[in-house]
Amino acid sequence: MALEITESRPLGKPIKRKEDARFVRGQGRYLDDIKLPDMLYLALVRSPYAHARITRIDTSRAQALPGVRLVLTGEDLAKMNLAWMPTLAGDQQMVLATGKVLFQYQEVAAVVADSRALAEDGAQLVEVEYDPLPAVVDPFWALSPQAPVLREDREEASNRIFHWEVGDLDGTERALRDAATVVTERIRMPRVHPAPLEPCGCIADYNAARGHLTWYVTSQAPHAHRTVLAMVAGLPEHKIHVISPDIGGGFGNKVPVFPGYVAAIVASISLNRPVKWIEARTENLTSTNFARDYHMEVALGADRDGRVTALRVSTVADHGAFDAAADPTKFPAGLFSIVTGSYDFPVAYAAVDGVYTNKAPGGVAYRCSFRVTEASFLIERAMNTLALRLNMDPAELRQRNFIAPERFPYQSPLGWTYDSGHYAATLQKALDIVDYPALRREQAERRARGELMGIGLSTFTEIVGAGPSSTFDILGIKMFDSCEIRVHPTGKVIARLGTRHQGQGHETTFAQVIAEELGLTTDDVLIEEGDTDTAPYGLGTYASRSTPLAGGAAALAARRVRDKAKKIAAHLLEVDEAEVEWDGQNFVAMGAPDRSVTMPAVALAAYTNLPHGMEPGLEATYYYDPPNLTFPNGAYVAVVDIDKGTGAVTVRRFVAVDDCGTVINPMVVDGQIHGGLTEGFAIAFMQEIPFDEDGNCLAPNFMDYLVPTAVETPHWETGRTVTPSPHHPIGAKGVGESPNVGSPAAFANAVIDALSPLGVTNIDIPLFPWKVWEVLREHGVAE
Amino acid sequence: MHIEVTVNGRLRSADVEARTLLAYLLRDEFNLTGTHVGCDTTSCGACTVIWDGLPVKSCTVLAGQVDGGAITTVEGLEQDAQLHPLQQGFWDNHGLQCGFCTPGMLMTTYALLQRRPHPTETEIRQAISGNLCRCTGYQNIVAAVQQAAARLSAQDAMEEVQA
Repeated sequence: MALEITESRPLGKPIKRKEDARFVRGQGRYLDDIKLPDMLYLALVRSPYAHARITRIDTSRAQALPGVRLVLTGEDLAKMNLAWMPTLAGDQQMVLATGKVLFQYQEVAAVVADSRALAEDGAQLVEVEYDPLPAVVDPFWALSPQAPVLREDREEASNRIFHWEVGDLDGTERALRDAATVVTERIRMPRVHPAPLEPCGCIADYNAARGHLTWYVTSQAPHAHRTVLAMVAGLPEHKIHVISPDIGGGFGNKVPVFPGYVAAIVASISLNRPVKWIEARTENLTSTNFARDYHMEVALGADRDGRVTALRVSTVADHGAFDAAADPTKFPAGLFSIVTGSYDFPVAYAAVDGVYTNKAPGGVAYRCSFRVTEASFLIERAMNTLALRLNMDPAELRQRNFIAPERFPYQSPLGWTYDSGHYAATLQKALDIVDYPALRREQAERRARGELMGIGLSTFTEIVGAGPSSTFDILGIKMFDSCEIRVHPTGKVIARLGTRHQGQGHETTFAQVIAEELGLTTDDVLIEEGDTDTAPYGLGTYASRSTPLAGGAAALAARRVRDKAKKIAAHLLEVDEAEVEWDGQNFVAMGAPDRSVTMPAVALAAYTNLPHGMEPGLEATYYYDPPNLTFPNGAYVAVVDIDKGTGAVTVRRFVAVDDCGTVINPMVVDGQIHGGLTEGFAIAFMQEIPFDEDGNCLAPNFMDYLVPTAVETPHWETGRTVTPSPHHPIGAKGVGESPNVGSPAAFANAVIDALSPLGVTNIDIPLFPWKVWEVLREHGVAE
Repeated sequence: MHIEVTVNGRLRSADVEARTLLAYLLRDEFNLTGTHVGCDTTSCGACTVIWDGLPVKSCTVLAGQVDGGAITTVEGLEQDAQLHPLQQGFWDNHGLQCGFCTPGMLMTTYALLQRRPHPTETEIRQAISGNLCRCTGYQNIVAAVQQAAARLSAQDAMEEVQA
């Protein structure tokens, strides 16, 4: 049972969430709950073709419909120089199509009307004629010289977006030639979608008299969105007020800017009325940013003792029609170079080729710090393949190759400095919880009876918390984050941060951090995020960066407050500042423990009884630019049984031992782990957005794109080791993404482990029952 | 068309288009925005409300169908400034994160406990299988419902003793 928010010394305790007071009452204020006077609604006309030339658009029937106030096409936007918009990845994307459409469901026209239904009616009346073109669906075909070049706006006559590489290719090739064993595998991480339960949307409210835009938007990064909008739309930044209200899940889906947003803003400016656009679920799954779609090839070398000697990875990354990833500018393949994982590789090389295809744009970091999930899946699957080849227990192989605790800070061959970790201890804890030796004995017995039981491991290392700003920026904006703290006369605190939570619990966890530093309770601290007029500038919440960055800023801003408070305390205690000690809750006169003052008493004095000459008030702001990223890690064990009659996989047990450094709220951390594991479970077993050869999206709703229900979702067992980050102000590393990054490989490794006696080394995820059953049939063991 | 419906114990009326869905009648006409719309296809359950005692997905019920009926929404759970044991259970057990699915989960489990006051874990999981949650992994929701079931039983027992 959780503790009350009035608990003292709250850091590390399972404090009940403050935000839940409104959520359990249905009183959250999500985007679609906001209604403004005179508000209009916008609906989009979308392309039925994946690749086609637009030959005619006739909007006259739509415009004639009573209640329709405006119809916009790409040609209209072109006159305003807004037919295209920049993506966060430095590419450009069509807002409303001109010339060609490049993916099915692409935005072609916008209709604004008095009601949601009328806007949809109007959209139905827009007539668009297309001349269909052959669709490029296969990313490998897209790279062949015979493939049609999709993007006519670019100078390069190629579907290649970028070639990116890192590491020592020659050294890696040499080491692979010299290796006693080399395993190779093609590992695919299919196109999936974050699919938060609340779709994306916005209300643009332009006031011509004030020259001011208020923009309510489902945004994980409201400050960055405001700056981008100022640069793209030419509106003065101080006259754009971005408000990101309660968000019904984000998972990376709500980082980019979408065509519907721009269309709503243009419509509001044109009509001088508020305009709301909310996407339907089908629009969400088909157009607003997929994730993954990485096609990887790995070669992993090892010596006779099973010590890894080299890793080579080459990848084709399908970005769809536009590169709409939200990666930091210098990292077109994100932080994929964490691909050496938890293992001490002497040399490595990784390359990624990004390509255009006739699919929805994206490449977002879905609950992942920019392609870390792909990297983790690859290395954890490859280690499994190596264990099979060497006929070595996968736990033993990992223990033999882990980066040893004394090697931290550890310099990886692909350029990262890992901050801390104790991988062997973390794995051992997971193995102890499941009783690994007993499981292996049981497996041997079951195998003897012809049963298919598998045990899968994943011992991943993540890289999260971008900055530092010397390396990381988005469109030039440095990736720091911020916190401003105001302590009011009665000792109550309002703190504002540059991040924006979407369910992570910041209103509670950041209040715990600040309350701990100031000797208050969580109840005393009100956290506000998501309002660009009030909160200090920050880059937002994604890539597990809130705790590493804004959490650091919160602690350091609170310490600034405490520094000033100490001077006031000395005044109240009538001693020198050097004779005042902070005992965690009170300022105490040294050597006189009966003489102390509380933070609320100091706060009151800051406004009523200051030392002579001191500036009044008790506030501080901190912009935190971390010296390094943080490297959360974990050891996951999945135990599965496979039904030989159906190919269905049952996850019998799943143990997740995470090391995210200092834990702010164990209840919230466990909740994050449960949720992330469930998303990883879905990715491993049931989720994919496939396309047919004409580029038609085959999973455009929740009947074809499966979200696990409570029935098939396994019971999760969690555990922890705590290796604090040495450079973070409270030693915390961030945790929200670890389970989604680490778990898909554990599930897949468990299934392969079950099937390994048949000689199976890989099946592409998602591991649908039919897919597993086909493999069983091929090997003559299906029943 | 004119609709009269009892919502959370209070008779309400509205004039709406025939195509208006119950979810939008509640949200737009009665300003009860706790009922959320997450998929439009009866898949996610965020819009679940109680209609004449049964949980329904209000994104696939026409407003005209409930004319003369009774609806309970999440806003009707709290009584006399006391959270319903289910609301308290979700809060105490961290049974929610982003909060978007929560109203639908509460209404579905409210109907479950009316029908089955002592559900097993399997029964709870089956009952909420039409309600999708992207954040919690369901485990804490199960715990929340178990806590609520226990408290409601204790309340009933207390009332019996007092009677």
